[in-house]
Amino acid sequence: MFAELWESFTDALENLGSVVHFLFRLVVNSPRVLLRFNLISQQIFNSGALSLVIIMLSGLFVGMVLGLQGFQLLQRFGSGEALGTAAAIGLVKELGPVVTALLFAGRAGTALASELGLMRATDQISAMEMMAVDPIQRVVVPRFLGGVIAMPLLAAIFSVIGIYGAQLVGVQIMGVDAGSFWSQMRSAVGLADVTEGIAKSVAFGVACSLIAVYQGYYATPTAEGVGRATTRTVVTSAVVILFLDYLITAAFL
Amino acid sequence: MGKSRTLNLGTGSFVLLGFAALFFLTTQTTSHGLAVFGPPRYEVTAKFDNIGDLKVGAPVSMSGVEVGRVAKIDFDSNEYKAVVLLRLNARYNKIPVDSDASIYTQGLLGGKFIGITAGGADTYLKDKGQIDFTQSAFVLEALIGQVLANFTKSKADEQATDAAAPKPTEKTK
Repeated sequence: MFAELWESFTDALENLGSVVHFLFRLVVNSPRVLLRFNLISQQIFNSGALSLVIIMLSGLFVGMVLGLQGFQLLQRFGSGEALGTAAAIGLVKELGPVVTALLFAGRAGTALASELGLMRATDQISAMEMMAVDPIQRVVVPRFLGGVIAMPLLAAIFSVIGIYGAQLVGVQIMGVDAGSFWSQMRSAVGLADVTEGIAKSVAFGVACSLIAVYQGYYATPTAEGVGRATTRTVVTSAVVILFLDYLITAAFL
Repeated sequence: MGKSRTLNLGTGSFVLLGFAALFFLTTQTTSHGLAVFGPPRYEVTAKFDNIGDLKVGAPVSMSGVEVGRVAKIDFDSNEYKAVVLLRLNARYNKIPVDSDASIYTQGLLGGKFIGITAGGADTYLKDKGQIDFTQSAFVLEALIGQVLANFTKSKADEQATDAAAPKPTEKTK
């Protein structure tokens, strides 16, 4: 039994090592790919602009729920006006980056992984290698960079829509004063809070995109293998996002 | 051409929207409005004995209207006083030189802000000017400490008089 445990432990370590190695390959190849901005622009569209609707809808509802719950809680202490602060800090620091990253892993990460996995399964990647086109440069790095650029922007959009959602419920329905909603938010939210949110979303963008392209690129070239790669992308991304979230929150305290 | 045009258009509008959101987060949800877009301002200093937990960025108000913000807080090691740099909106340029700056608390336990009460002089504060009349922050802990000290002192006095009471010499008084 210990032998099995040890084996699964070394397997996990080996996996981690190859992910890190893959990340280095992506980073080394990035400067050359940056010159071909068309490729990246297309991937920003695929993983960013196409995720916009789900991000905006989720942001609106998350903000509205925050407005309802936060108001119920704060009203007990007679400080319903602090709703703006509560919603803004919650969204900018935590919910914005984390929920966006989880949705991003589900919407864009799976698309990346299955696309690359299918390329692998249908021998398109081998064909590129045959034609002396580096698949890492031509296919993988643009997708990775597109995700890294799109994620912080999506998180920012999520937070803004969420704050408006909280304002919608708090001010229009629950009757919090609009002036104190915004002014208390402005005096309580610091630039450091926004920076923390941006740092988180950048880190999540790197993690999600890396996991997606890694799982897709090294997928077993069968229909089943592509399916497994997609599942693994979502599961691993979710765990890594929440783990990184704790780390970054602790680092910013 | 047509397809790549719509694609670029989509990417462009997405990136624009994203940066607009980032801009909104940094300028609208925090108190750090961009100085470039702000109104013209002028700076005056005020020296306080104790500023409590006054923070950079705290509002400066006159009659409850915000006229500026605290730009910098420093310590003068010659006079042992806190030097607060106030950045005031240039629209409010008729603040008399003998005005009085006090540190108040928002609500019972809220943050600190500076309130300016206008004086009666005919000359007005200029850029790099100084407000001479200041009143320190009301520090809740110090006040509680004072009350407790008074309380225990009066208790001690009472006990002392109680102890002294049975003495016949005191009784004649």
